[in-house]
Amino acid sequence: MANSNTTEVFEGKLTTRSRMRKFGLLLTGPGMLWLLVFLLLPTIFLLVMAFAQRGSYGTIDWTFSLDNVKKLLGYSSFGWSADNLLIIWRSFKIAVITTILCLVVGIPMAFWIGSHGKSMRTLLLALVMVPSCTNLVIRTYAWMILLGSQMPPTWIARFLGIIGENEALYPGTFAVYIGMVSCMLPFAVLPLYTSVERLDWGIVEAAKDLYAKPVRVFYHGILSQMMPGIVASVVLTLVPTLGMYVVSDLLGGAKYILIGNMIQQQFFGTALDWPFGAMLGIVLIISSVLSLVAFQKVGGKNFV
Amino acid sequence: MSRYSNRPLPLFSRILAYAGILLLYVPLILVLIQSFNANKHGQTWGGFTFDWYTKLFDNVLVQTATVNTVILAVVSTIISTVLGTILAIGIHRTPWGKKMQNFFDMSINIPVVTPDILMAIALVSVFALFRSFTSIFDPGMLTLIIAHVTFEISFVVLVVQSRLVSIGSEQIEAARDLYATTAGAWFRVIIPQLSTAIIAGALLAFTLSLDDFIISFFVSGPKSTTLPLYIYGSLKRGISPQIHALSTLIFSITLFVMLLVAMKNKIKAPKALQKK
Repeated sequence: MANSNTTEVFEGKLTTRSRMRKFGLLLTGPGMLWLLVFLLLPTIFLLVMAFAQRGSYGTIDWTFSLDNVKKLLGYSSFGWSADNLLIIWRSFKIAVITTILCLVVGIPMAFWIGSHGKSMRTLLLALVMVPSCTNLVIRTYAWMILLGSQMPPTWIARFLGIIGENEALYPGTFAVYIGMVSCMLPFAVLPLYTSVERLDWGIVEAAKDLYAKPVRVFYHGILSQMMPGIVASVVLTLVPTLGMYVVSDLLGGAKYILIGNMIQQQFFGTALDWPFGAMLGIVLIISSVLSLVAFQKVGGKNFV
Repeated sequence: MSRYSNRPLPLFSRILAYAGILLLYVPLILVLIQSFNANKHGQTWGGFTFDWYTKLFDNVLVQTATVNTVILAVVSTIISTVLGTILAIGIHRTPWGKKMQNFFDMSINIPVVTPDILMAIALVSVFALFRSFTSIFDPGMLTLIIAHVTFEISFVVLVVQSRLVSIGSEQIEAARDLYATTAGAWFRVIIPQLSTAIIAGALLAFTLSLDDFIISFFVSGPKSTTLPLYIYGSLKRGISPQIHALSTLIFSITLFVMLLVAMKNKIKAPKALQKK
């Protein structure tokens, strides 16, 4: 129908589609070029490097093989060990549980913000978003103090018998979860709130009129409408948690290793194996792409 | 279709919502209190003091880190705002085909969704590759600025783009009907309305740069320590209460900038236009 050379009206000007596109390329050129050189090219380089070898003294030996995939699966010259797979499994477990916790707290927060008047809602949303713009290291550090052995949360946990007399909440798994959730919560709430704002309460009323029980009203009337928002918030929480490095490094204690920490070790730590670090990065790339595809499958376009 | 129910929330969901707010703010408030606590180890309240702040200002390492952080934030914000704004306009006003549109959407959204550490290792590897041709890619301010611009562009584009969508195409057509040239219509009608979004995008980029830790950690060099890197380093060495003071200051600045963003976003159009 619209051939690229037929004249059409754009912004009140008679021009052709191809001429508009040429000018568009001129406008998008600088920005896209930047992303091409410093985002696409590095990512491709990473993908290639993942199949190279570690040379002596941490240099890169450009002979390609599948050795890093084997190493990822636990095979080395000493035979098979489950360590790497366990770290990946633990990272996914923590990411999934963190995401669920964020939804459990985030959905009530979204409704709570939505139950206020218009100007109050903007204020509360800002209140939720502001901490996400403050420094991650600072917030994590604050939890280090707060969950330490001399602080009330640890007393309460000891009193309730959750932990032993000489233990503290920090460092440990509990501290990691608290740190992860408090760090990801704002990103989970934002898309949830948007979908609460768009809710059609008529459907909820209809379900009630038809004598649905509260649980079913919530499930069929509210949650099903919120699906795009829930998926967006899962994507925004799950993948970043998977690659999180600061929280587990500071709150988990010395032996607490997730994918992010393992990557850091390959690049700067004692291991110094960049190609294997890149292979671990590919695990993150695959999970990001999968979650984005899942997001588009449910019909999502924008996250907010 | 009623907009929203006036029925109050069930008690347990209100408790969860308050718990969420606590989770977000308790750490920040704790750091704030500790920054005025005279007791060095911070387990008990040892009286009110400004000592940590005065010591902080005399700390040479903090001074250099501050200078680095500010230069990095300002330069990367300027570059990413210019590139991002032009990119957003180019994507928005051109009649791209569906495939191109999807390509642009993906290139803008992917950096927002992927973990920071991925961009960090990709950049640090490619900088090592570039270094075999030229030494300007040695870890330092330049690599930091490049990395920060790369993650800031997407956010600028997203903010500017959403404003372009809400402005719509009617105004530019009206301006053209009144014999404005295309360039005239853009510069005198659209850009003034867009300016608040551009400033909001720039402020967002600025705070992102100010608070970035992971990417800076990977691409910085020994002479380009930023404040977040300094804080992380001192946590590893053992905690000094000066860090509380420093954290409180950074938090206050971020809060101030975010309030500016919120206010800028509220003012939809410049006053001159609202009167008419």
